[in-house]
Amino acid sequence: MKDRHRAHDRLARALGWASLGLAVPLLTAPNRVARATGADDSPAAPVVIRTTGVRELGHAAALLAGPPRMVWTRVAGDVVDLAVIALALPGRDGLRRRRLAVTMAGVGAVTVLDVYAAVDARRANQFGAGRPGPLKLSASITVNRDPSEAYAIWRDFERLPSFMRHVRSVTPRGDRLWHWVVSAPIGRTVEWDAELTGDDAGRRISWRSVPGGDVDNSGTVHFAPASGERGTEVRVVLHYDVPGGMVGTALATAVGEEPEQQVRDDLRRFKQVVETGRVTRSDAMPWGADAARQALQPAAQPHPDRVDERP
Amino acid sequence: MKALCWQAPGKVAVADVPDPALMDGMDVIVRVTTAAICGSDLHLYSGYIPATMPGDVLGHEFMGEVVEVGDEVTRLRPGDRVVVPFPIACGACRACQRDLWSLCENSNPNAALAEKLMGHSPAGIFGYSHLLGGFQGGHAEYVRVPFADVGPLKIEDDLTDEQVLFLGDILPTGYMAAEMCGIRDGDVVAVWGAGPVGQFAIASAYLLGASMVIAVDRFPERLRLAADEWGAHPVNYAETSVLEELRELTAGRGPDHCVDAVGMEAHTDVSLLNAYDKTKHLARLETERPHALRQAILACANGGTVSVVGVYGGLSDKIPTGSLMNRSITVRTGQTHVHRYMRPLLERVRRGEIDPTVVISHRLPLTEAPRGYDLFKHKRDGCTKVVLTT
Ligand SMILES: NC(=O)c1ccc[n+]([C@@H]2O[C@H](COP(=O)([O-])OP(=O)(O)OC[C@H]3O[C@@H](n4cnc5c(N)ncnc54)[C@H](O)[C@@H]3O)[C@@H](O)[C@H]2O)c1
Ligand SMILES: [Zn+2]
Ligand SMILES: [Zn+2]
Repeated sequence: MKDRHRAHDRLARALGWASLGLAVPLLTAPNRVARATGADDSPAAPVVIRTTGVRELGHAAALLAGPPRMVWTRVAGDVVDLAVIALALPGRDGLRRRRLAVTMAGVGAVTVLDVYAAVDARRANQFGAGRPGPLKLSASITVNRDPSEAYAIWRDFERLPSFMRHVRSVTPRGDRLWHWVVSAPIGRTVEWDAELTGDDAGRRISWRSVPGGDVDNSGTVHFAPASGERGTEVRVVLHYDVPGGMVGTALATAVGEEPEQQVRDDLRRFKQVVETGRVTRSDAMPWGADAARQALQPAAQPHPDRVDERP
Repeated sequence: MKALCWQAPGKVAVADVPDPALMDGMDVIVRVTTAAICGSDLHLYSGYIPATMPGDVLGHEFMGEVVEVGDEVTRLRPGDRVVVPFPIACGACRACQRDLWSLCENSNPNAALAEKLMGHSPAGIFGYSHLLGGFQGGHAEYVRVPFADVGPLKIEDDLTDEQVLFLGDILPTGYMAAEMCGIRDGDVVAVWGAGPVGQFAIASAYLLGASMVIAVDRFPERLRLAADEWGAHPVNYAETSVLEELRELTAGRGPDHCVDAVGMEAHTDVSLLNAYDKTKHLARLETERPHALRQAILACANGGTVSVVGVYGGLSDKIPTGSLMNRSITVRTGQTHVHRYMRPLLERVRRGEIDPTVVISHRLPLTEAPRGYDLFKHKRDGCTKVVLTT
């Protein structure tokens, strides 16, 4: 995991330095750049080039100081550059047109590299331990209770739907088997049977779906005492394979169901249930903490039709 | 029911909205009898608080009668008269147990949103934007109060609404502003903003042993109130150089403690600085106009305290960090942990040590709340505090 991360980091940083290097001529010698690219006949060229230089500085800052996914800012810049060049091409011929075409080809090649780096950086966030297998995600929260109490509430699986918004029901099927029904994007549901693979009272619970379900998944939740009377640190690690793999996840994200955020919201509601015995609801968020529905929230005034809505 | 709804920056209106209903076993419904417009409402009114939506019912300083009770509530019953603290707190999280009620970890359903802006989320607050929960406010005939066994303070004697109403917000706020200073014998305290919060900060600073309290504002009637009611030394910043005057009053030392009871909409006469902040505002690089805070830092004595209860919402610029760091200044801040102060301050009111009603200048029915907002925002007609009755 570490090594893969470093590789993404290196590529992203190299692109950051490239942006910085490119910014220098753009900002200090815009006229020469205009000549070299075949745009020196346009009075606007120096301004456009300088602006591009400022933007490259921005990319450099984002990439050198920020996370690798900032490469997306370069991709956006590339698209703008290609558009500007495409607009400039028709009005020119001869040497200028050839120079512009060469510039365009160069920018095109760089775009391919940037898109590769960006997609790669994104994948690094999704895959665990560098293996191509199931998607992995993890999240954590601190609750103001002993590990044994937090564990006991989680271990009461039939109660999971009270804080996991997507889980419709969890019903026992024999001793170590539970049947899960979970709502999926676009109004569908998915189901599977999960087997308890580890149960260490007050410390850890692990489960894994048995073959034949709609979603292949496994997970572990750890309960560890936090330092100095700070309660319990609850950490969830999930491995799963959604139908459609990466594409499925991307689609789900596009409809506002970012999986990482979902788990974080579930944990926030878990904390509320553990500490206060209920999910906190406001007039604008009658369903409780839920980032996916944040954009939909109504004004903060009573809404009679929403009062009974439960997650 | 009737409720005051935010519509757009500078625009609020009384509208008919549905009555609130119990949503949880720990809720009660309160019929609001008296409410007040707070300086914090003015930041919403002016449009400086992000994530305020048209239709949001405002109001976080209110009291009334319990009319409906959820089935898990044990401390309250219908007919009880209660003052409701403005931060919503669960009583069970670590913050609540550490007496840091305005940092309750469970009361903001929009915590994820607040985390994006602030790093971590504070508690939910009634009628105070979606960033702080999206709770309906108390400038209404009825309001739903969650965690009802934790927050509301029962008033069981014959004190009037006006005497106890401010226990839910500005009285504890002024008190906490002074308490955060850690006042010691002989200390001089300067308070920026002689609004209702500043008035109670001044009164509290004297209660806590300050030898002199200086009030900084530009409205003569507010400075007069501070001088006549509590014995503060008035400084009108529109007429004099505040920094020089404070230096003079303390023979060069500066006030030991400086309270910012102004917040993000401070006014300034220095047009250059104002233009700078306005430009940054427009470019969305800055969300505040922190003139009072800047001045409070520069004025403060070496090793002193800057106590910030004036509300800020986002990002500030040109804060004199050099002055702050090199001179060992302590900064203390916070939305008030109201629950911590309600009972002790109720005692002080009952004993007559402080009369909170002196700040009230206007009494209006809820239906005239929009006029109240306008009067209070522009400090027209000698307005110092507007109380709304329903
Ligand atoms: N921390 C909390 O929990 C809490 C609670 C209540 C209110 N507040 C905040 O306290 C602040 C004051 O509230 P209020 O109800 O007294 O409001 P207010 O608007 O009546 O008072 C503000 C006062 O500051 C003065 N002022 C403006 N610019 C100034 C400057 N540059 N120097 C000195 N004074 C200046 C104004 O003239 C006014 O008198 C607001 O920011 C409010 O949001 C905080
Ligand atoms: Zn207030
Ligand atoms: Zn709490």
